[in-house]
Amino acid sequence: MINFKYARARDVADAVRLIAEDPAAKFVAGGTNLIDLMKMDVERPTKVIDINRLPLNQIESTPNGGLRIGALVRNTDLAYHPLVERHYPVLASAIMAGASQQLRNMASTGGNLLQRTRCHYFYDTATPCNKRAPGSGCSAIQGHNRMHAILGASDRCIAVHPSDMCVALAILEAKIHVTGAAGDRVIAFGDFHRLPGDAPQRDTNLDDGEIITTVELPAQGFGKNYTYLKIRDRLSYAFALVSVAVGLELNGGIIREGRLALGGVAHKPWRDPQAEAALRGQPANVEIFSRAAEALLLDASGYEHNRFKIDLARRCVVRALTQAAAGTPQLQSSKKIA
Amino acid sequence: MSTNLSGIAALPDLVQLTLTINGTHHDLKLDPRTTLLDLVREHLDLTGTKKGCDQGQCGACTILVDGRRINSCLTFAVMYDGAMITTIEGLSQDGTLHPLQQAFIDQDAFQCGYCTPGQICSAVGLMAEGRARTAEQIRELMSGNICRCGAYTNIVAAIEQAMGRS
Repeated sequence: MINFKYARARDVADAVRLIAEDPAAKFVAGGTNLIDLMKMDVERPTKVIDINRLPLNQIESTPNGGLRIGALVRNTDLAYHPLVERHYPVLASAIMAGASQQLRNMASTGGNLLQRTRCHYFYDTATPCNKRAPGSGCSAIQGHNRMHAILGASDRCIAVHPSDMCVALAILEAKIHVTGAAGDRVIAFGDFHRLPGDAPQRDTNLDDGEIITTVELPAQGFGKNYTYLKIRDRLSYAFALVSVAVGLELNGGIIREGRLALGGVAHKPWRDPQAEAALRGQPANVEIFSRAAEALLLDASGYEHNRFKIDLARRCVVRALTQAAAGTPQLQSSKKIA
Repeated sequence: MSTNLSGIAALPDLVQLTLTINGTHHDLKLDPRTTLLDLVREHLDLTGTKKGCDQGQCGACTILVDGRRINSCLTFAVMYDGAMITTIEGLSQDGTLHPLQQAFIDQDAFQCGYCTPGQICSAVGLMAEGRARTAEQIRELMSGNICRCGAYTNIVAAIEQAMGRS
């Protein structure tokens, strides 16, 4: 790890000022991803700005029935918060499906959004990687690509976003509040993460020098008919091959609204308006679920080692919609898939 | 790979901090790169906490910060200025083993023992969280601690013993 200067930000304005002074600086909150990457020499900040003293660790109800989550709220505190467990159980479930309890105790809400891909080549500074060293090439396209993207990839990068939490935030249509030298703005969740395109070094649409302050959840939480189904190589403590977050609003047996996002398959949590339109107004049955799965995976294409994920994803979508419609969400302690 | 060293200071600026570790107050001046893991092992000779992967994947370095279990390898100690830290050396009281330490002996919950301090600190955190009620839930919430000897069955039995379930 290279030498760096350490600074503590007192408040949000101080954090914004400190990062504006030094474009090579990085914020540290939980540190679970940044410190790992610094040890591997993938991240080489010459200054680290500690934001852990910022007053961003509250979870509060909003006047319109939603929830405002401070960027420093730790993953465990978010998953175990009574309002989250009651009104946004898909978020609690997705968080508990990821990492380990030690990491969840450290990792922050804002940091989860900003975590980097776990592509092996991104971590290995001896190999080309367009995300780490733009223009050097992508080792994964011809390499070991079992964990890689089947949707939205480019010829520059086939990495996936590793978060579970973000897959749930995608269907909840969270809003990301950020502050920078130019002031405050709000980014819709679907616009926060980017596809790799020709600039895979950029994971998000956050501007240089901006800081995430809060994540706001709208009132609609899909508290009754939801699931987070995650398929991985180990039963626990592994990144997703494919995961699915589902939220349904049912009226009788009819789907009034259905939201659906895939994790582990793209550079961002993957939603598709056409797949969700295939659910709306339709009866909640396997035939309709299969139609939504087909629509969602319509443009999927695989590489040598990950083609299996296309069919796996289709089946997971049908299974997850079935679980959600039945009101029997996937448990994260029992690994039996109902 | 070429390495650009411009802008990197040759020597670190040391950072002052205070930590309470196993009840003892420490005034420290550290290279900010120092992890809590390296601090306790290399600076304070508390070598019970183990370095396994050094990447947050094995749990051997698990310690308790303000009562919560974390991976000490993925920290900079300076981030924890003012915190109360407990390592495996701080669990026994007046010469009496912590109930989890005793349970690990009673249940033969280790073979080589390298992961054991992390397992026990993690289990202390797990019991404080109060979320694990069944063996299945214990296994899931202990999944951040890897045991290459495969003593998992007895580790779960030890935790159940300490929880008063058996």
